[in-house]
Amino acid sequence: MPIVKNISEFFGNENARSLKWRLEHGGYESARKALREMKPDEVTETVINSNLRGLGGAGFPTGRKWSFVPKGTDKPKYLAVNCDEAEPGTFKDKYIVEWDPHRLLEGIIICSYAVGIHTAYIYIRGEYVRPFERLEQAVKEAYAGGIIGEKVLGEDYKLDVFIHRGAGAYICGEETGLLESLEGKKGWPRLKPPFPALVGAFGCPTVINNVETLSHLPGIIKNGAQWFSDLGCERNGGSRLFALSGCVNKPGVYELPMGTPMKELIYEHGGGILEGRKLKAVVPGGTSSAVLTAEEAEMATLDFDCLAKLKSMAGSGAVIVLDEDVCMVKALHNIEHFFSHESCGQCTPCREGTAWVFRILTRIVEGGGTMADIATLKNLGQNMGGTSICALCEGAAMPLRSFVSKFEDEFEYYVKHKRSLVEDRKRNAVAV
Amino acid sequence: MSASFEFTPENKKRFEEILRRYPTKRAAMLPSLHLTQEQEGYISPEAEQYIADLLEVPVVDVREVVSFYTMFTRNPLGKHHIRVCESLSCWVRGSDEVKETLEKELGVESGGITEDGEYSWEVIPDCLGACELAPMLQLDGYFEGNLTREKVVELLKKQAASKTSGK
Ligand SMILES: Cc1cc2nc3c(=O)[nH]c(=O)nc-3n(C[C@H](O)[C@H](O)[C@H](O)COP(=O)(O)O)c2cc1C
Repeated sequence: MPIVKNISEFFGNENARSLKWRLEHGGYESARKALREMKPDEVTETVINSNLRGLGGAGFPTGRKWSFVPKGTDKPKYLAVNCDEAEPGTFKDKYIVEWDPHRLLEGIIICSYAVGIHTAYIYIRGEYVRPFERLEQAVKEAYAGGIIGEKVLGEDYKLDVFIHRGAGAYICGEETGLLESLEGKKGWPRLKPPFPALVGAFGCPTVINNVETLSHLPGIIKNGAQWFSDLGCERNGGSRLFALSGCVNKPGVYELPMGTPMKELIYEHGGGILEGRKLKAVVPGGTSSAVLTAEEAEMATLDFDCLAKLKSMAGSGAVIVLDEDVCMVKALHNIEHFFSHESCGQCTPCREGTAWVFRILTRIVEGGGTMADIATLKNLGQNMGGTSICALCEGAAMPLRSFVSKFEDEFEYYVKHKRSLVEDRKRNAVAV
Repeated sequence: MSASFEFTPENKKRFEEILRRYPTKRAAMLPSLHLTQEQEGYISPEAEQYIADLLEVPVVDVREVVSFYTMFTRNPLGKHHIRVCESLSCWVRGSDEVKETLEKELGVESGGITEDGEYSWEVIPDCLGACELAPMLQLDGYFEGNLTREKVVELLKKQAASKTSGK
């Protein structure tokens, strides 16, 4: 399937950040159409019918999420836009914010109008400095140009948009961790229920959506629900940004219809594996997802349902390619280092489990592992998931289980020989 | 070490503007701490107390937030700060080489500051969100990517040159 340009149309275009230029190129026409010609419920209905699903990681149907927000409440409602983008391998939201921030702002207007929201916070990770600067500039221009503020696009609708910078914590991408952080606390996720749609930011009903999810709204309002849903595959509407990285020739962001074969992304768009080496494995949806073997990857399609069937997940759309020269023991060590560092410390199975896994893997890569360590890793993989308030712990368990079970020979070799199988093979190949 | 801390008049204005964005004072915590670090380079115990008073929360609440988030620092950093990404995509593309080069060129380990106070650097296990540039680092907040040993050396040279030319 060819590359599509629904939301990536202006990536790389230096003009597109300016409000004036963007207005001359279709900017805010969909928001205007929604405000003038559609009832809020009609907007929600359109989004439900488009089959748009949350692109932050969980894939929850977007319109349905909005419909959980109570209608007759006298409390203010909030929109929290998730631009924390910290799942390893993920860098797509950055492209939207850096190159086409007005598309995001237009999406924010559309969502806010549909749900009856008058205040939106964009939570952007603190490490994103240039993206923040560009976004801030766009928000300023949008206020000055009468796009947002007291009268959105001149209509009788008020909307404030504020940017809230994070400060380096993966857990604040988790939606309730984000809300805590927005409220000025450490990002400890909340127990659900109550769900944020009822009790969210500052105790009020709140919608949390990912940057990319919201950026699809202008296209959906412009071209209709049918257009979007036809573009994807069953129950997976439209297109999506795939952030391709690792051992490929052309890493980058590619917008493709849902259901595109993984092979196509890696070989056609990504230019194939580095230096003609062989594909070994793919991490298909950020490092929280289960790794796929080369064979699995070659039959996978890029959508939520196919990857769930393969007991992995589409997650954040971050596709990390690993070639035959990558040691899977060290790769897992790298991944679990991240999780042990980023566990927020609230739930015992996660705090202790991720640290324990990392200690064992460190022991193995330093040559001090035993066969019993491998058994312990398997046991932890089975028992860590589903035992904590949020999904971080399961995110650490998915790679753990899949790396150890799919590449067990490498773990056993490492323990027996105190060296990496892959590195030994490379050495021997050179010696021969 | 500064014995006391106070926002500059300019930052006081910015703080007032920040407060208007939220329905609670406490929500201004992260922006206020960013502002503090921007002004002072780090967050001192005195600054924590100052923020606590402004936001009307116990100082321990401020400390808790400062220590939770990795970007807040309670110690001064070098004039320029470098963060090396070591997450999976950078690692498979050679972040080890970037680390080794920095250690050699700067003469201090990750987490340290050079003797002249020019540079501090750290390796972080988190992904910085720029895997298309792997291996990459962040210099004073901005991304530098597709790094090799030579490129890292060049980057440091360029940085030093821009200093002597007064840029
Ligand atoms: C540990 C963890 C980290 C997450 N990080 C992000 C993130 O950086 N960005 C994001 O959009 N969603 C992230 N999510 C998913 C959010 O919890 C939430 O599902 C999402 O923001 C909802 O928006 P969507 O429905 O538009 O995808 C994370 C979830 C978990 C468990």
